[in-house]
Amino acid sequence: MSQENNRPTMTTHGATELGTAETYGPTRRAFHLAVIYVLGAIIGLAMAIPTALYLLIPPKPRGRTGWIDAGDISQLTPGQPVEVSFQESRLDGWKLSTEKKTAWVVKEPDNKIVAFGPLCTHLACPYHWEASEDKFLCPCHGSEFSIDGKVVAGPAPRPLDRYVTKIENNRLQLGELKRSIPA
Amino acid sequence: MQKKFDQFIEAFDRRTGLHTGLQKFLYEEIPASSGWHQVFGSVALFLILIQFFTGIMLAFNYAPTPGDAYSSVRYIMTEVTAGRLMRGLHHWGASMIIVIVVLHMVQVFLWGAYKKPREGTWIVGVILLLLTLAYGLTGYLLPWDNRAYFGTQVTTQIGATVPIVGPYVSRLLGSTGDIGVVTFARFYGLHVLLLPPATMLLIGFHVYLVRRHGVAPGPQDEAKPKKSFFPEQVFKDTVAVFVAFAILFVMAAAVKVPLERLADPTDTSYTPRPEWYFLFLFQTLKILTGVPEVVGTVILPTLAILALILAPFIDRGKLVRVRQRGLAAGIVLLAGLGWGGLTLAAIKGTPPPTAAEQIDFAGPIQWMQLAPMEMAGVHYFHEEHCDSCHNVTPGTPKNGPNLLDTANRHDAAWMTAHFQKNVTNLSDTQSKALIALMQKLTPDNGDVIDSAPDFAQEGAVIFQKNGCPACHKINGVGGVIGPSLNGLGNRRTEAWVVEHFQNPQKMSKGTSMPPYKFANPDMQNIVSYLFTLPDKAPGQ
Repeated sequence: MSQENNRPTMTTHGATELGTAETYGPTRRAFHLAVIYVLGAIIGLAMAIPTALYLLIPPKPRGRTGWIDAGDISQLTPGQPVEVSFQESRLDGWKLSTEKKTAWVVKEPDNKIVAFGPLCTHLACPYHWEASEDKFLCPCHGSEFSIDGKVVAGPAPRPLDRYVTKIENNRLQLGELKRSIPA
Repeated sequence: MQKKFDQFIEAFDRRTGLHTGLQKFLYEEIPASSGWHQVFGSVALFLILIQFFTGIMLAFNYAPTPGDAYSSVRYIMTEVTAGRLMRGLHHWGASMIIVIVVLHMVQVFLWGAYKKPREGTWIVGVILLLLTLAYGLTGYLLPWDNRAYFGTQVTTQIGATVPIVGPYVSRLLGSTGDIGVVTFARFYGLHVLLLPPATMLLIGFHVYLVRRHGVAPGPQDEAKPKKSFFPEQVFKDTVAVFVAFAILFVMAAAVKVPLERLADPTDTSYTPRPEWYFLFLFQTLKILTGVPEVVGTVILPTLAILALILAPFIDRGKLVRVRQRGLAAGIVLLAGLGWGGLTLAAIKGTPPPTAAEQIDFAGPIQWMQLAPMEMAGVHYFHEEHCDSCHNVTPGTPKNGPNLLDTANRHDAAWMTAHFQKNVTNLSDTQSKALIALMQKLTPDNGDVIDSAPDFAQEGAVIFQKNGCPACHKINGVGGVIGPSLNGLGNRRTEAWVVEHFQNPQKMSKGTSMPPYKFANPDMQNIVSYLFTLPDKAPGQ
């Protein structure tokens, strides 16, 4: 790697820059190395930053979804959760897709209506209401939730997620599904 | 620390040999005359790597089927963070590779570097040039807009004219009938599955051959001491790569890659134009009218490729200085002039894209949904400088309220009174159009004010002023005596519509439409406006 030292000094076509003969001395070598690394790093960064943005920053959500009608609630009885299903249109990348979604709807003793998201907060398995045990049970890893969504047993780290809700003419309207806060 | 690191490298090298290999590669000796003129090969390699990388990035957000392809490209351009830049790098990078590859070949040709024993290196290079062009041809279809569709239509038709094998070429490209899903899949497969590994193998072979024979020396290099490839030549290559990258990056960031309307095979008014580097072929075909088609499409290009491949066998003289290769310089000059002349003639000969063709579908296009009266309102909005007091986008607050939710706050009567009080000399027509626009604005479509092109605003004003809505519907608003004008572009050409305006009786017998002798630019504006309407009224 010390080629520059054992190379005979020789002029190819007269004097070049710096007024010296065209030798390849350690100063020039160091300068060349520095330029290679600096320019290489600039190119690397100029590609890496947009790539990180491209892959990691999600696109802005477009078009605000309004309330979704989840059906009549006048027949609900307190203490008996009901699974309701509804259609939701969602902008999935470049496609507008309509999906069937569900929620577990509970009428609380004070007649307030709560709608839980249908997936366990542990690893997103669909859970169900076990009337005989008065609990929501998740079949995957045995998480159990009480009727107000609190974790009773199992690995679930936080209570069931809830939809933002409102009631219009006895019909339940669902908004955004809010992530619950660990108890 | 340094000692530890050296020990690690040594241990690593004993097991893999990679370090010694790299050293051997980098400290290759090159002739004393090597220098700046030899940087193009490295730049081409760098650009190909950029293409591979950006291509993979685009594939992460791209759906390779017609229809979805278009929506996903539009999604990349309008929604994905840095998506515009990524497509820009890929699109302009493709053009740049052509430039650099040609410069690389010109350099090798001028210096006579293809001479014995380097013929193989040159021939592999020619094949790589053809692969580069194949990338351009196949990639052209992938956005599936009008430009892609009609451009590829021409390409596949040319493929079909090849004697004997033509029909088989058509079948291979899946284009026996019209271009559709099969052709699309074939082009995509070629572009992303076949061409990249083929290119990589051939580049590997190309570089191997360069190393096997060494960089071509100049005539007096024998007597001079050799240089080392690293870092002396690598420095020059890096500077050149950096300049190329800087130009590419600025272009990708600043020049928006066009996306035209979704491919529409029934569009009769579309003039296809090939990519700039194919324009000379396009012009050659035009010049060669009267001779059989195959001469221009097959025979001449084949002869040109053969001449390139055979160059090292034709030019067998001894190596001489660049300055003494007058004939070679003359050939390059002639080829350059011929190419430039043909390209220029092609640009001059093709009609400029119409206003409707120039609309950028990767930008906001909600203005296309406006009814003519609302569109006329956009014109009056600018004319009356409403934006000196009101915002229509979330920006710095102005004196007046933001107009995006006017419809929720005020009714038409209130707005009429507001205009009378605050805007002098507003006619009844203008007031009505502005009210229609205000009632249409929501926080989701405020960009219509800035994105609606001038010709559409002018066209809508003419449409309104001449009472056209009495008989014709646009976007669901208007009379039913005449036909709805949505989708007019699929039924008629622009020339037909112009003539129909001037003489309706001649163009469609028995029509009750009176003649309208619009002068230009009014005629251009209203026709362009009609041709940019969506095929169907919104909500249908």
